[in-house]
Amino acid sequence: MEIKFTHKQSAHCENGVVSNLMRHNGFEVSEPMVFGIGSGLLFSYLPFLKVNHAPVFTYRVMPGLIFNRFAKRVGIKIKREKFKNLKVAKARLDEYLEKDNPVGLQVGVYNLPYFPEEYRFHFNAHNLVVYGKENNTYLISDPVMEAVTTLSDSELEKVRFAKGAFAPKGHIFCPIAFPEKLNLEKAIVKGIKRTCRDMTAPLPIVGVKAIRWVAQNIRKWPKKLGPKRANHYLGQIVRMQEEIGTGGGGFRYIYAAFLQEAGQLLKNDKLSELSEEMTAIGDQWRDFAIEASRIYKKRSDQTDAYNKVADQLLVIANKEESFFKALKKSI
Amino acid sequence: MKKSDVPQDKSNLESANIKDMYYALDDNGNYITELSTGWNPKTIALDNAIKEIEERVENAKKRVLNNETSPVEYYMELHKMDLTILSSYVGFWKWRVKRHFKPSVFNKLKTKTLQKYADVFDITIKQLQDMNQ
Repeated sequence: MEIKFTHKQSAHCENGVVSNLMRHNGFEVSEPMVFGIGSGLLFSYLPFLKVNHAPVFTYRVMPGLIFNRFAKRVGIKIKREKFKNLKVAKARLDEYLEKDNPVGLQVGVYNLPYFPEEYRFHFNAHNLVVYGKENNTYLISDPVMEAVTTLSDSELEKVRFAKGAFAPKGHIFCPIAFPEKLNLEKAIVKGIKRTCRDMTAPLPIVGVKAIRWVAQNIRKWPKKLGPKRANHYLGQIVRMQEEIGTGGGGFRYIYAAFLQEAGQLLKNDKLSELSEEMTAIGDQWRDFAIEASRIYKKRSDQTDAYNKVADQLLVIANKEESFFKALKKSI
Repeated sequence: MKKSDVPQDKSNLESANIKDMYYALDDNGNYITELSTGWNPKTIALDNAIKEIEERVENAKKRVLNNETSPVEYYMELHKMDLTILSSYVGFWKWRVKRHFKPSVFNKLKTKTLQKYADVFDITIKQLQDMNQ
């Protein structure tokens, strides 16, 4: 059986799944809108947590948070379930499909056959939509893919029960109740306020303070870690910033697109101006990535080069600090 | 970033028919989406990370051959795992997995334990005991 479902590619999987599921239920909400209302933008540095043998840098909030916040702010209800038993998990999925409900699933990337080998890491917070089943093959709408695809039932079971950090445990989610009309205006204001609060939080691990902390640490890396690991760490920052799903510039361009749309919706010219500023900040993140790539391309250990990218980060941190203060005042 | 500046560099995305989606500005300053075939600074970072994994696998292989570690560590590296990930897949505590890295301990493991590792790595017990099989 196949449910009529419109697949639309998006930059990021979580926004994309939400946006596609909303469209299916008759509400057209763009990907940047979901991202902005869900307060998806962030910067965070967790040096004590290691992924792929390097610290965690992230440009967005924790997986699942965007959808939760979005749902709460626009007033939709989501039903979520996790499973211990593989058979029950499969039965529940089939049940949804039989009732003509496309559902979202959280999956691990490592065993996704349609991903290129080089991109298959143990990352467990990927999202996709299942919109039908033919014999033992599930019809899959993966928002980062241009077209729809399929997974056999054993392939799907493997990715639904991937292990490690953020293990999905068969996590299945489906929006079940909607308001008559979405109140986007209020939700936008709430979403923006939260992002401003997080980005200027007085904590060293999030927001502009975290960017400054990374800058400070980068200066020490070549001496402290040696060229090899220092290069690997820098590479990790660029990969997290530009990985599939960021829309470029560590989600800064998606956020700029959100501000532009929000400015038109709220008839607030200040937001449109700030959108342009955010685009410029995104460009600066891209310049930082280019400069960093020069270092790890040559496998350089020159302290000068590391200081240069650290300086770039400080400039970005200052820009983002004044940006989010201005954004808070504009609404 | 303008639409015309969205990078179209060669990358390994092509082989899987995936394109990266960017948000960029059109000529009128409106945000639109544009697909990209890849971007060099990112490709180099990914290539380096892959090389690093390959080195880890090679290194683990050598150490198995020198009897310094067990094939469990080799297969762990081969599957891009670390101790935390492997321990959650097999369902043993991390210290137990680490103990199984010792060749002397590994050689005395029960079939049931070996089978668990073999299942996780999707190989037979024979292959687990002898990497060259």
